[in-house]
Amino acid sequence: MSVPIHWYLLLAAAMFCIGAAGALTRRNGISIFLSIELMLNAANLTLVAYSRLLDVRTGQLVVFFVLAVAAAEAAVGLALFIAVFRQRHTIDLNRINLMRW
Amino acid sequence: MEMLIFLLFAALALGSSLVVVLHRNPIYATISLVLTLFCVAVLFVLLGAPFLGVLQVLIYTGAIVVLFLFVIMLLNIQKQGRDESAFAGQGLQAAGAIGGAIVFFLLVGLALWRSGLPELHPLTADLVALKGLSRDLFAEYLLPFEIVGLLLLVAVIGATVVARKPPEDGPATKTNPEGAEL
Repeated sequence: MSVPIHWYLLLAAAMFCIGAAGALTRRNGISIFLSIELMLNAANLTLVAYSRLLDVRTGQLVVFFVLAVAAAEAAVGLALFIAVFRQRHTIDLNRINLMRW
Repeated sequence: MEMLIFLLFAALALGSSLVVVLHRNPIYATISLVLTLFCVAVLFVLLGAPFLGVLQVLIYTGAIVVLFLFVIMLLNIQKQGRDESAFAGQGLQAAGAIGGAIVFFLLVGLALWRSGLPELHPLTADLVALKGLSRDLFAEYLLPFEIVGLLLLVAVIGATVVARKPPEDGPATKTNPEGAEL
């Protein structure tokens, strides 16, 4: 029995919401990054699901680029965390408020 | 059979993504993210994108998550992570964020319910084949491909420069009087 496409989209929406709630409520920088990765993955799942539904490859290609950009984002972001940790000895984002108005 | 695999891995993905968000210790959250990413890779294979599933396991769980674990170990934030309870001292904000997420999910569900998406037709060999994907990638999408390669190069150089330890008597230590070292 084939799985309806709605279920994939609902699962992706649920994962995105979990990630969004996590990114908004957590204060540890690493945890926020993990939540962002979760949201990126939910978006990827949606793209692949629509690619399957419409029988075109464009969604899969976009997922390929999203993977590469996520890798770049993780590398730069974690390097920034290391740099901030050297200066402040914390990555609690409530205490890193230099650029917050 | 397909339904059974989908239900199993969808439930696993949801549960492990909840653990990612709710667990206080970032190391356990990261390990749980590995499980989530693997489940999503299985769903990619179910949706007729086996190459993306392999890439997901190789790049995400093999490279990105290991990078996370390395940084967590470098920073030794395990103890800080433990002290932080997930929603302590920000009850209203947390309730707002969670409520907003639930409302968003319900809206998506309503839209899907009203949309009347068509039934899936059987998988075509053209969608699954790696040949078509690579032809598209290296012909039609060649310029974005090259740009992404350049972006990765810039990101690697930038990350190396940013994370470098500041020189002992350079200007970096002057702006940082306590001379913080790891």
